[in-house]
Amino acid sequence: MIYREAGQFKSNYAADMAVFPLRQDRIGIFVIILLAYSMAYFGSTFMLQAVLIPFLIFALAAIGLNMLVGYTGLLSLGTGAFMGVGAYACYKLMTIFPGVNVIVWIFVSGFFAAGIGVIFGLPSLRIKGFYLAVATLAAQFFLQWTFNRVPWLYNYNVSGAIEAPRRTLFDVHIVGAAATPQARYIVVLTIVILLTWIASNIVHGRIGRQWMAIRDMDIAAELMGIRPFKAKLMAFAVSSYYCGVAGAMMVFLWYGGAEYNVFNIEQSFLILFMVIIGGLGSLIGSFFGAALIFMLPIAMGAFLPAIFAPLGIRVGAETIEHLRFMILGAMIIFFLIVEPHGLARLWQIVKQKLRVWPFPY
Amino acid sequence: MNLLHQIFVEPFLFMGEAPDLLLQVLWEGFVSGILYALIALGFVLIFKASGVFNFAQGIMVVFAALTLVGFYAMGVPAILSLALAIGVMFLLAVTVERVVLRPLVNQPDIILFMATFGITYFLIGFGELIFGGEPKQMITSQLMLPEGRTNLEIAGGFVTIQHIDIAAAAIAVVMIATLGIFFSKTRIGRALRAVADSHKAALSVGISLNQIWVTVWFAAGIVALVTGIMWGARSDVSFALQIIAFKALPVLILGGFTSIPGAIVGGLIIGFGEKIAEFYWGPLVGGGIESWFAYIIALIFLVFRPQGLFGEKIIERI
Repeated sequence: MIYREAGQFKSNYAADMAVFPLRQDRIGIFVIILLAYSMAYFGSTFMLQAVLIPFLIFALAAIGLNMLVGYTGLLSLGTGAFMGVGAYACYKLMTIFPGVNVIVWIFVSGFFAAGIGVIFGLPSLRIKGFYLAVATLAAQFFLQWTFNRVPWLYNYNVSGAIEAPRRTLFDVHIVGAAATPQARYIVVLTIVILLTWIASNIVHGRIGRQWMAIRDMDIAAELMGIRPFKAKLMAFAVSSYYCGVAGAMMVFLWYGGAEYNVFNIEQSFLILFMVIIGGLGSLIGSFFGAALIFMLPIAMGAFLPAIFAPLGIRVGAETIEHLRFMILGAMIIFFLIVEPHGLARLWQIVKQKLRVWPFPY
Repeated sequence: MNLLHQIFVEPFLFMGEAPDLLLQVLWEGFVSGILYALIALGFVLIFKASGVFNFAQGIMVVFAALTLVGFYAMGVPAILSLALAIGVMFLLAVTVERVVLRPLVNQPDIILFMATFGITYFLIGFGELIFGGEPKQMITSQLMLPEGRTNLEIAGGFVTIQHIDIAAAAIAVVMIATLGIFFSKTRIGRALRAVADSHKAALSVGISLNQIWVTVWFAAGIVALVTGIMWGARSDVSFALQIIAFKALPVLILGGFTSIPGAIVGGLIIGFGEKIAEFYWGPLVGGGIESWFAYIIALIFLVFRPQGLFGEKIIERI
């Protein structure tokens, strides 16, 4: 009743092609963004540091991977490593050129990740499917080894870790030990909104359509005049750029420091889960997936003891950890069976229901 | 110039100077190659019959070994625990077919692939919950497997050979031969190959897909159990083994996803390749290249033969 397009007429092509054709959607997005910013003032430090900042960062990485897996149909298991490239590039740039603002370097470091992504994306021109997935594992293991064995990358630190130096934006500390979660949250949120907006324009535009054509059938796409060479490598570049920025933000705006094993294969799988549970080929799905996969373990860690305590069963922290693994596995299978197209499809269904509500059709 | 010398000359000189060391490295490569091949074999069995890229194979290896050791720790005799472990693998096969594969039939490959991730996580949690997460000793002598080592005098030095490795090689050969006969001579084996060819055509001649899936998952479970015993005997039984299971993936792309001989040859190439590279060229770049060398071999290989060594030629139609 409230959520429908009745009375909203489109009088030009631009309005017809708008990303949010419904006025309600536009208002909704505006309200969500407003709420997200207001969380910086209302959210507790724990909420910001342990839930919202990582959620946004994972969502950005998931958007990056979704462009590759969901839109172009190229399966990649190297996400963690590409995030690492972004983080290490950002660290090197920050320490070599301390005078330049850190925000610039966060964005620039993505280009290094993009370059590396293109190199490891080259096999995608010959192979696809699971063969490609295994080929991208080469990137994962090789890059992780490089982060560990090339001391130049971590400035010959004895600990072998990279640490965030203190940096400011408009005289407010946003990176390093002195930065408050509030300040970091606002920076992360702004970057994620900006990049999501750009991503939305990319996937709805010519490039995104090329990717989808390649995904649906690459030979047919080639016959229609889409160059797979350009389209596939472009997908790897853009995807790795997003992952690289997410990796840089992860280290400098969330952890505050990292070792090479932060960017391990578990990280790659986690983000792939987010993409698939959230919905392949859907930007909003990346957010849903990140929320579910990242927050599920946190929620279970909080609720499982609460469930067992009244039953009189004393369970140790280890058992909780094992149960978490089991439940996560079962949830993945459950979601795949219930809705193989991901949470984004559920959202579509809900939207359709809302549109006709309160009438049955 | 010096670098080129270090890369292209010195390792070979070293090989010539110490042939016993070379033989030792080759033997190590052979043994790990066999173990990689065994894991890859489990993958291939399932991929051939159901088109599922079973990521959980590595975990099934650990889970099977853990079940065996776990039963023994509870006081069950060794042989009986072996039988019980086989029984558990059968139950696992039935459960996977019922709970995961059947509801997901006809879904895209990637969805099934993700579902095996779910199985992986579930098995990790389940295994640790029941048997505990700490590393365990494999019950080698109780299963009447040989222990100890022999020093063979060869080429002016000696090569140390663990007896369990010889047993592993022998068992692997027997198992591969059995699987080969099973696939080509028995009724079920032919049905398996029919399903691998085309699900629809197999259904139309009255082959039960569900039964076939249980069979292959059970077969893969037994392969996993054998691999788990062999691997557990070389090191401890713990979930740390799963990272080694990733090594089966380059073996797979080298050999092709659908070829059993491919899995064997691929496993051996990767096994030899990475041990030799690690021993002779590893020190040049600081060591540890074992972790990625296999993938690079596979990657270079793929560029020339995208379907793997023995894979079927990929024909695409519009």
